[in-house]
Amino acid sequence: MSEYAFALAPLIGRRRLTQRSDEELLEAIASGDHDALGALYDRFGRVAYGLAFRVLRDQELAEDAVQEAFLAVWRSAEGYRRERAKAATWVLTLVHRRAVDLVRREDRRRGDPLDEAPEAGGPTVDEEADLRDKRTAVQAALTQLPPDQRQALELAYYGGFTQSELAERLGVPLGTVKSRMFAGLARLRELVPDT
Amino acid sequence: MMRMAQPELHDLAAAYALNALDPEDRWTYERHLDTCDDCREEVASLREGAAQLAYAQEGPAPRPELRERILRAAREERPPEVVPFRRWLFPVTAVAAVAASFAAIGLGLWANSLRDNQGGGQRVVAVNGAPGQLIVSGAEAQLVVCFDEAPANKTYEAWVIDGKTPRPAGLFAGGCRTVTLTHPVQDGSTVAVTLENEGGAETPHGDILASASV
Repeated sequence: MSEYAFALAPLIGRRRLTQRSDEELLEAIASGDHDALGALYDRFGRVAYGLAFRVLRDQELAEDAVQEAFLAVWRSAEGYRRERAKAATWVLTLVHRRAVDLVRREDRRRGDPLDEAPEAGGPTVDEEADLRDKRTAVQAALTQLPPDQRQALELAYYGGFTQSELAERLGVPLGTVKSRMFAGLARLRELVPDT
Repeated sequence: MMRMAQPELHDLAAAYALNALDPEDRWTYERHLDTCDDCREEVASLREGAAQLAYAQEGPAPRPELRERILRAAREERPPEVVPFRRWLFPVTAVAAVAASFAAIGLGLWANSLRDNQGGGQRVVAVNGAPGQLIVSGAEAQLVVCFDEAPANKTYEAWVIDGKTPRPAGLFAGGCRTVTLTHPVQDGSTVAVTLENEGGAETPHGDILASASV
């Protein structure tokens, strides 16, 4: 793209940010559009923070993780390719990775995430209905997984345990952990229809 | 680094999608992903499953301040962020002005502005392997370069190679940056970049990701 096109991109064909797809928002962010970053936060900030808090169980650390992840989005949106991943997946993967890196650095994983889930705040007024529906759908899907697969996914994803830590913790061979994670993820993808 | 057998590498896909690999395995697997189209597809597909898990939690809502904090940080972010071993070769005001224009106009023009601000006596050399330029001024050199975010526990490291011996020349993170090399260059030097463990290394372990010849 020429330098002129870069400079003009935010001005040409500008549609209301709320009408753009997630992928279009990332493309606008790649061209340096701050408002698009704000719009992306409005879409994913709630779920991103909830996830980071679930992993880190600490407000400050969760805020740090979300901030670092959104800054990573800001810096690396140019490298996003829509044919490789949905924008939501790309963003949430970054958030999750930051949260997990932080929880490992802080060594905060003493408790069992299955037993010590943080208190749900209850649905807030501004919580979007589709987010709630999505949560219900994924929770329902999780209950359909065999318990050992569900446990492996939850400990890895929310607990931030690595596969070797999981094998040790669960007292099963590493290969068993790998296959539970693989089967669980594959099944989850089937059970939750794409939106 | 020990190379894992291929079948073993392939079963790391799910753990990778869940960010559940130990740093060493993550690193090895990411190198493998560079060469394995099927694996990239598999990871992409498993990641869609993993991302669903983000929605199942019922964590609290973020404080409203977080949004502003993030946007402010993004606004304040400037591409040049040098490992502070040496002084800038050009005035800080020029950096700020250049940084402000960078987001809108892209790296090429930014690097040109750097060149204009530096006065005479310098040469600009193209970088192979990554978008960027090497600006050489006598024995001093600055690498203006863009890389992806480094994996966790990893850092980019610059090297100056004269003859066969690479000398460490500074650590830096991903993104677009100006890195002032901490080791002098001379005619015939090669400047190279590798990915190393956090904290850097005295000799390179990673493959050369980008290089330029002085």
